[in-house]
Amino acid sequence: MRNDAAGLLLPAARPGTCLADVAPGWLSVAHDALRCPDTAADRAAQPPLSGVIGERSFEAHPSVRADGTVVWWLVDDTDHRLVREALHMERERTAFLAKVSSMLLSSLNLGRCMDVTAQMAADNLADAALVIAPAQGPQLPVVTCLRGGHPVLSHESVDPDDVPGLGEALRGFPPVPSRWIDPAAAPEWMVPEGFGPIGSIVVTPLPGHGVPAGALVLLRRSQTAAFTEGEEVFARLFAARAGAAMSAARLYAEQASITEILMRELLPPSLHQISGVDFAGGYRPSMDHDRVGGDFYDVHPAVVDGEASLVALGDVCGKGLEAAVLTGKIRNTLHALLPLADDHQRMISLLNTALLNSHHTRFATLVLASAVRKGNAVDLRLTSAGHPRPLILRASGAVEEARTHGTLVGALPNVPTHTAALTLAPGESCVLYTDGITEAKGGPMGGTQFGDERLQRALSECAGMPSESIVERIQMLASQWVGDGSHDDMAVVVISAPRTRHLSAVNGHTRGRFTA
Amino acid sequence: MSTRTSHRLRGDEAVRQLADELWEAVSAADEYTATDLVLRAVDDGVDPESVLLDVIAPVQGKVGREWAANRLSVAQEHAATAVNERAVAALALHPAARTAPERGRITVACVDGEWHALPARLLAEVLKLRGWRVDYLGAQVPTPHLITHLHRTAADAVALSGSIATRLPTAHAAITACQSVGAPVLVGGAAFGPDGRYARRLGADAWAPDARAAADRLAGQPLARPQPDHQQLDDLPHLADQEYTMVARGSASLVRTVFTALEDAFPAMRAYSELQREHTAEDLAHIVEFLATALYLGDEELFTGFITWTAEILTARGVPAHSLPPALGILARELKDFPRATRILRRGTDALIPLHATTAGNRA
Repeated sequence: MRNDAAGLLLPAARPGTCLADVAPGWLSVAHDALRCPDTAADRAAQPPLSGVIGERSFEAHPSVRADGTVVWWLVDDTDHRLVREALHMERERTAFLAKVSSMLLSSLNLGRCMDVTAQMAADNLADAALVIAPAQGPQLPVVTCLRGGHPVLSHESVDPDDVPGLGEALRGFPPVPSRWIDPAAAPEWMVPEGFGPIGSIVVTPLPGHGVPAGALVLLRRSQTAAFTEGEEVFARLFAARAGAAMSAARLYAEQASITEILMRELLPPSLHQISGVDFAGGYRPSMDHDRVGGDFYDVHPAVVDGEASLVALGDVCGKGLEAAVLTGKIRNTLHALLPLADDHQRMISLLNTALLNSHHTRFATLVLASAVRKGNAVDLRLTSAGHPRPLILRASGAVEEARTHGTLVGALPNVPTHTAALTLAPGESCVLYTDGITEAKGGPMGGTQFGDERLQRALSECAGMPSESIVERIQMLASQWVGDGSHDDMAVVVISAPRTRHLSAVNGHTRGRFTA
Repeated sequence: MSTRTSHRLRGDEAVRQLADELWEAVSAADEYTATDLVLRAVDDGVDPESVLLDVIAPVQGKVGREWAANRLSVAQEHAATAVNERAVAALALHPAARTAPERGRITVACVDGEWHALPARLLAEVLKLRGWRVDYLGAQVPTPHLITHLHRTAADAVALSGSIATRLPTAHAAITACQSVGAPVLVGGAAFGPDGRYARRLGADAWAPDARAAADRLAGQPLARPQPDHQQLDDLPHLADQEYTMVARGSASLVRTVFTALEDAFPAMRAYSELQREHTAEDLAHIVEFLATALYLGDEELFTGFITWTAEILTARGVPAHSLPPALGILARELKDFPRATRILRRGTDALIPLHATTAGNRA
């Protein structure tokens, strides 16, 4: 028996014919299975039966009647299935785009963004992908990736205008839709080695924001299906993300290089031995993400051999970049005043005048030290302008405060100071530091200042140590004292009279045996 | 070429003798002799990598052991390390140590808070010798600096060195951050455990027991690019109970509480000098720090190992360790609502029982 609809669907299935002859295999097999008592018990657990008849697909629901005959109800689910498939594809694409976004977002490095873009495009959109960035010089940076392979960077000396759409994309003209290229006309450099005959090529611009980000080229082999319209739209969604990431990376690189150039002048110098006197310095800015702050130090070698080198260490009120800018100004001013380095009072007065006349409202404390080798000893003259007094570490482990005092600079018209003169015997050191060390709060119970006493006690254990070890030890103790808490900028400079016989010949900074 | 071969033949013996001579120079803080020794060895054809790893590295290891055994003072240890560092710097400038970079780019850095830079420095020099382009960032690198550097350079891998176990939570943050910007991380150093168990637990891409193994690992199969979207909690799901966070955040007040309670339990403590009190507080802070680290890693052995080591050190320096069990008891009382912390402290107390019995026996 059959109803009218069944007649339309299976015209051959007239009453009396054998089901296996007129219905598709999947249905007749199911029919036979149903009549077999062994499997009948499992029937309820099985998913609804489905299969294809002609161009449409159907779900088949059997009802067994009392006389043992079976009625098959066929339900057309073609549209349902198509919608499900479309949904599945959309979900996959969304998951892919989410993955692309998170991969691209994680890096601010242009090279890495190009690698990720090429690899993800090759693995998901084509048989091979090229990411081409705007030329920085005469050559085009090109990252090529084959499906399942690793991205490879090369530089091509080619004219992008030879490829339709490429020149415009690289120059940042408004993004045009993807361009189809005749595979036969594709230039040789675009085709990865051993790729085989190309079926289709599409060039998609990578939209940058204000800056050209480059172009994405997708290649498919001749045996792979050509790009559908839907795929092309999808490739554009992908390109939008890749372009945004690449232009952000380019902007970051530009900003970072600007910062680095400006910062270079503000970074504390690396110190070493000069004319038989050991110098070592260490600096820790208050913010871990900063590299500069309101503390500064410099060592200026004497212009004339045999005269004293000048050390300056100071602390500008405030911290962070703004304070660092003022330290740059003070360091430049002191540099210009070097011909007067003999006369600490005069240098400090002139610096004071310069600061009072500037638009900065900040003031600063600093200490100047002139150090010169005399025989095995080092003669020192120390002048503090409102700064913590330098500490002298004697060979015995005794720690003395240098008897210098004075007024801070940049606040008052007159800055009287008193200079202390002393001598360091071999192995003895003078420690200049900023109050970031002594005022560091922390300790095992929290909230306690590191303090002068603790600093002096720590120093007395450092008797006879090389200058850079003393710097490191003080920095380490102060940092450990602070723990994870916040702190001010911390700077230390140590001036040492080298221990006799153990002259510093090579230390990686000075000219040594192989660096002359 | 012939000197090179003859040295290879003499091999181990020559290298051992060189290490002995360097130890003499380093322990006397004799920088001149030390650098001269190292340079002359390379002049004579000893492989620079061998000088770094078979001469300088073992000598530095001995510096650490001698210090731990109280046979070197703090000043001597620092001076010896400084001399060793200068020897490395001198070696790096020798013409025989100059290698043109032909491999990829590696960033070598120490975990923030890590001051022992020499192991990382040795690795950096070995990688340079093997043809890598190396960016050596030095001791205690704050994670933001490390990440900024990676954004700028796109290093093929990061080699991270750490010797202090209590810096492991910081190391974990650094490892995860490097991975999130696409750089795989190889870790090494005593902090990661003798078998590298903490390296695995913290999701590092590779671990190496020493500089040579690290260089070999990097020379082999390139480290795979890490998956993005990886978070610290994925490696250590137990962190969700917040026990680590609570203990680490409240460590100063925990130390204060335990200190006061200890004073009640041991009236003798009231007679301590200011310095003694500070040392006691520092010891307590250390215990809390190790407890926090053990909570972070979910590893009780880290804590019991530290506690027994502390007891031994205290005993070796003539300080009776009998205040340790009560200190742990008071901590356990303070942290009674934290099941993992309570369990770790109980294990620590149990570990002290045999030691305690021996010291008591000795005194009797």
